[in-house]
Amino acid sequence: MGLKLGVPSKGRLMEKTFDWFGARGVTLGRSGSDREYAGRVEGIEGVELVLLSAGEIPRELHAGRIHLGVTGTDLVREKLGQWDQQVEELAELGFGHADLIIAVPQLWVDVETLDDLDAAAALFRRTHGFRLRIATKYHRLVRDYLRSHGVADYQLVDSQGATEGTIKNETAEAVADITSTGETLRANHLKILSDALVLKSQATLFRSRRAALSAEERATLAELIERLDLD
Amino acid sequence: MPNRTPDRARVKNRAALLRAGFEAAGAAVVEAPVLVSAEALLDLYGEDLRARAYTTFDALRGEQMLRPDFTVPVVQMHMAGGAEPARYTYAGEVFRRQEEDEARANEYLQVGFEIFDGSDPEAADAEVFARLQHAVAPLGLKATTGDIGILMAAVAGLDTTEARKNALRRHIWRPARFKQLLDRYAGRTPQPAGRAALLAQSDPFACAGPEIGLRSRAEVAARLDALRADAAAAPIPAAEVELLEAILKVRETLPFALEQLRDIAVDLRSISGAVERVARRSEALAARGVDVEALEFEAAYGRTHMEYYDGFVFGFVVERRPDLPAVASGGRYDALTRELGRAAGKPEGIPAVGGILRPGLMVELEDGLWA
Repeated sequence: MGLKLGVPSKGRLMEKTFDWFGARGVTLGRSGSDREYAGRVEGIEGVELVLLSAGEIPRELHAGRIHLGVTGTDLVREKLGQWDQQVEELAELGFGHADLIIAVPQLWVDVETLDDLDAAAALFRRTHGFRLRIATKYHRLVRDYLRSHGVADYQLVDSQGATEGTIKNETAEAVADITSTGETLRANHLKILSDALVLKSQATLFRSRRAALSAEERATLAELIERLDLD
Repeated sequence: MPNRTPDRARVKNRAALLRAGFEAAGAAVVEAPVLVSAEALLDLYGEDLRARAYTTFDALRGEQMLRPDFTVPVVQMHMAGGAEPARYTYAGEVFRRQEEDEARANEYLQVGFEIFDGSDPEAADAEVFARLQHAVAPLGLKATTGDIGILMAAVAGLDTTEARKNALRRHIWRPARFKQLLDRYAGRTPQPAGRAALLAQSDPFACAGPEIGLRSRAEVAARLDALRADAAAAPIPAAEVELLEAILKVRETLPFALEQLRDIAVDLRSISGAVERVARRSEALAARGVDVEALEFEAAYGRTHMEYYDGFVFGFVVERRPDLPAVASGGRYDALTRELGRAAGKPEGIPAVGGILRPGLMVELEDGLWA
């Protein structure tokens, strides 16, 4: 066995994670071919690299099947109830920045804030006979946020991709999605509400509070934390 | 926790006894399906309900919810064919999603008693309260009562536009948002940033993007008109806002609360009718043997957790354990029946009051589990 470290299995998130650990003297890499999801770790004994989809890492941390994992704050908070009792944030890694925001058509010159959104939703419902639809894949985060800000008469519709297109396709009236530059939003004639930053997210190293540790794994964890300069 | 949970058979037995008690009071026993259409519930309670109820799905019927309570199915059933006056009782599991507190039950038995009878609403209120109080009497719980109807009447009587009253009414069960709106309408807080500039523009659509989505340019223009009308409206007089806030602070035993409310009603005449209903209910409660001299009344009670209760509200809680849910609670929900009635061709709704008991908690309390 060993201390299991879960890292996103592909793309920029994987490369940047490898770079971040590499800069601290822990070399992570794929073993064998590019297509094989097995990893290798050099520079420290007893750490096992597990390559996973970023979206599955919160669940694996929660289940205690991995001890450490790198994923976005957005995914941890969306997928884990009482997330801070399930995992501990060890380090923000300084990349993978993304804001979860709420956006509406630029046409809606009357809607700049959540307060406006709430009022517009009430009128929309009266006119169209159903609740204003917000397309998102971040159901929990968006719902909690809108509830705490007193927005009513809306509904969330699930959108796992191409969320910005849902408005033009008339399957939603507004969107709640991750953006880094806002480019895609502008290209789709959308604007961000001025006071609706649901969450600022970035790639973060989490420790599972639920994974059992043997004496040996505990020692490895302490050594890794020291090596990564996290204490 | 699980090993301390009392024997399920005892809880079911208690539920049956409680239901039999309501049956003896003339209530017809009703059943309700466990799976209910999500649409009606979500339209009623909004998206927030998804955080409190379990949703499931099949390709034929679409979204279904595990019933979070019996109120909606019982009202729907009654509207589909019941005649008034009617009284109903039921016992069965309800399901509540728990994402914040693992210790709270996500499935428990509820026993309910509902009266649909408009002939003497205060007498019906008093009967429901008295019967539930009798059922929990041995447990030494603290009872609190309130009446959302007073706040409703106060809003209706404000010297302001109908649009503002509607906005306040819409958020009556969301106190933070209600206060935010009230402060703005009273001129205590400024208009939202950018609004004045927006309304001053000769062509507000100058920088608008193309017309996309279902919300049309005409709808946007209509809201701009509404914003202009709102900007021109006079602030709600400070004296009225202070009276409204005085109402929300009333928290006394019933006779003193009534005295305070009557004092407020001298200056805010619109609440007189609602205050006299509290007085008549007090007499009806006393006639049923309730010790009204010691009964707590809070004008703001039920605002955060009893959406659509728009008149009498009450709850019985363990005083030393604010972490526990209410053992019994209920109230008048005419507003809910009006909402449901719109889909059923009965927009006037039905006069409805009811309450629920949690037999599982009652047995646990008797066992001294929460001492």
